[in-house]
Amino acid sequence: MEELRNKAKELLAVGAVKVVIGYGKGTGDSRRPIFVRSAERANDLVVDAACTQNLATYLTKAEVRALGRMAIVAIPSTLRSILQLAAEKQLREENVLALGILDGKLRELATFDAIEEAVATIPDAISDADQKLIDKLTAMSVTDRRAFWAEELGRCVKCYACRSSCPMCYCERCTMDCNRPQWIPVASHAIGNLEYHMVRAMHLAGRCVQCGTCGTACPVGIPVHLLTFFAEQSVRRQFGQKGGASAKLDYAMSTFKPDDKETFIR
Amino acid sequence: MTDRYTITEASVGSLLDAIAKSGRRVLGPKKIAERIEITEIKTAADLAKDGQSTVSAKGTVFPKVERLLKYRFEGKNVALEDVEPNAQPTVLLGIRPCEARSFAALDVVFNWDYKDKFFNARLANTTVVAISCTKAQGDDACFCTSVGSRPDDTQGSDILLSPLTLGGFVAQVLTDKGKALVALAKDAFQPLVGEAAVVPPASVAPAFDAKALQQKLAAKFDSPLWAEQSLRCIGCGACAFVCPTCVCFDIQDEADTRQGQRLRAWDSCGMRMFTLHASGHNPRDKQSQRWRQRVYHKFAYYPERFNTLGCVGCGKCSRACPVDMNLKQHLAEAAE
Repeated sequence: MEELRNKAKELLAVGAVKVVIGYGKGTGDSRRPIFVRSAERANDLVVDAACTQNLATYLTKAEVRALGRMAIVAIPSTLRSILQLAAEKQLREENVLALGILDGKLRELATFDAIEEAVATIPDAISDADQKLIDKLTAMSVTDRRAFWAEELGRCVKCYACRSSCPMCYCERCTMDCNRPQWIPVASHAIGNLEYHMVRAMHLAGRCVQCGTCGTACPVGIPVHLLTFFAEQSVRRQFGQKGGASAKLDYAMSTFKPDDKETFIR
Repeated sequence: MTDRYTITEASVGSLLDAIAKSGRRVLGPKKIAERIEITEIKTAADLAKDGQSTVSAKGTVFPKVERLLKYRFEGKNVALEDVEPNAQPTVLLGIRPCEARSFAALDVVFNWDYKDKFFNARLANTTVVAISCTKAQGDDACFCTSVGSRPDDTQGSDILLSPLTLGGFVAQVLTDKGKALVALAKDAFQPLVGEAAVVPPASVAPAFDAKALQQKLAAKFDSPLWAEQSLRCIGCGACAFVCPTCVCFDIQDEADTRQGQRLRAWDSCGMRMFTLHASGHNPRDKQSQRWRQRVYHKFAYYPERFNTLGCVGCGKCSRACPVDMNLKQHLAEAAE
């Protein structure tokens, strides 16, 4: 932790970055995102096991970007998010400095190549609880699975905390907000909820970096992250591409290749 | 003088039976997985005894989606069809006093000028039986004592239950609706003779003075505080949608070429789309402006217009926030 604070102090003191996006003390024992803009405040930064939220969602928030060059305290999923954002041309290398926290140690990662190298050595980490639920869902019949999601999504209030917390949901104008025509019903009824979550999962197919932040953000505890995990894994199986693995990805779902395994497009 | 009764833990079951027999449904806080939901209560064991539900009981009187009318296209004409409120007789059992108090904050808007028949029909058919808080909710989110309330507040309840040290409750019957409920289940309510030893109410230390806050807000509209506090706000609607007093709604038409329906659905001022004009102009283009609106609506505009606050200090918004926007803490900062 001292190492990180010192690094933040140094970066801010010399003006190498204008803001360090990191974790600070939150309500009770929780951690919350903080934005350190002066060396004097660098001691507000905290690093511990409670720092699990993916902060990469702030890398595309206009108010944060407006502050200037950003350093970001990056857990593995944050590093993957940076690569995916870079691959999608949402982030320039010179605008961001990753302060990776890997196995509790600080690693300054200044280039996308360096991040790519670091990410390649990090094993996927789906929690036991998530894996158990994924296995349970995979084993279910389609009818049962539909019933499972109908019940879970019945609690959805369409607060869009999943969308807002997701680093890959950076669209200035989300399909949900398009109202001429209104593609997806706005109201939080069964169809409105189902269509929203289906569209979100499809839009994150192959792009989800499996941070699980959307599921954690959900106030009513719907495991929405599993939908995007499924979609990501499906693309991985079929096209060998992994969300957040590279800054130079030619995205399977939007790239035409003459040697595509499907023939319908030719 | 309110009527006071005692009710034993064991007789909560017979109360539930009596309510069910009368054709009312019982909604209340129930622990499901890690959360507390406001849902149907069938047995006494269903009822979560402490803690705050994640989403408020607001949906009982103001559901997240409600149909207002239906229409059919008939040649060049549109045939309108009124929809009557689906106002099921309901007993809200075991909610917290702060939530019981929240219905008044909804009422002032739904009966401001236009009398909303949907809200009114539902509220008229709802009996509120709250349980006073005897311990803090285990976090730093609650602040009822800063907004003119207390953990054993009777406002908004038809009956307030206060836990007894030896088990069971004292029931303070406060309204005619409360009396009607007692009449339904006479066996469950025993008239209280003398004094009863109730568990002391929770101690919730005041965090700010709401009057002083309102005065401060008058001069803080352009303060950098709002941008500072909201830098981490991600602009979702979690706070508004769990809030018992957030009253904003969106009107949506869902139609095909033959027929349609008009719906009312919860909306949130924290979202960018909330104020986006058809022209593309957005008077609240920045998250800081939206966050400020949320604070001002509840703590400046509500008292100005309705002489009451638009917040009951339940802390649900702070608990639900994915990025830990702690309202109590932010208000205390604003009141400085």
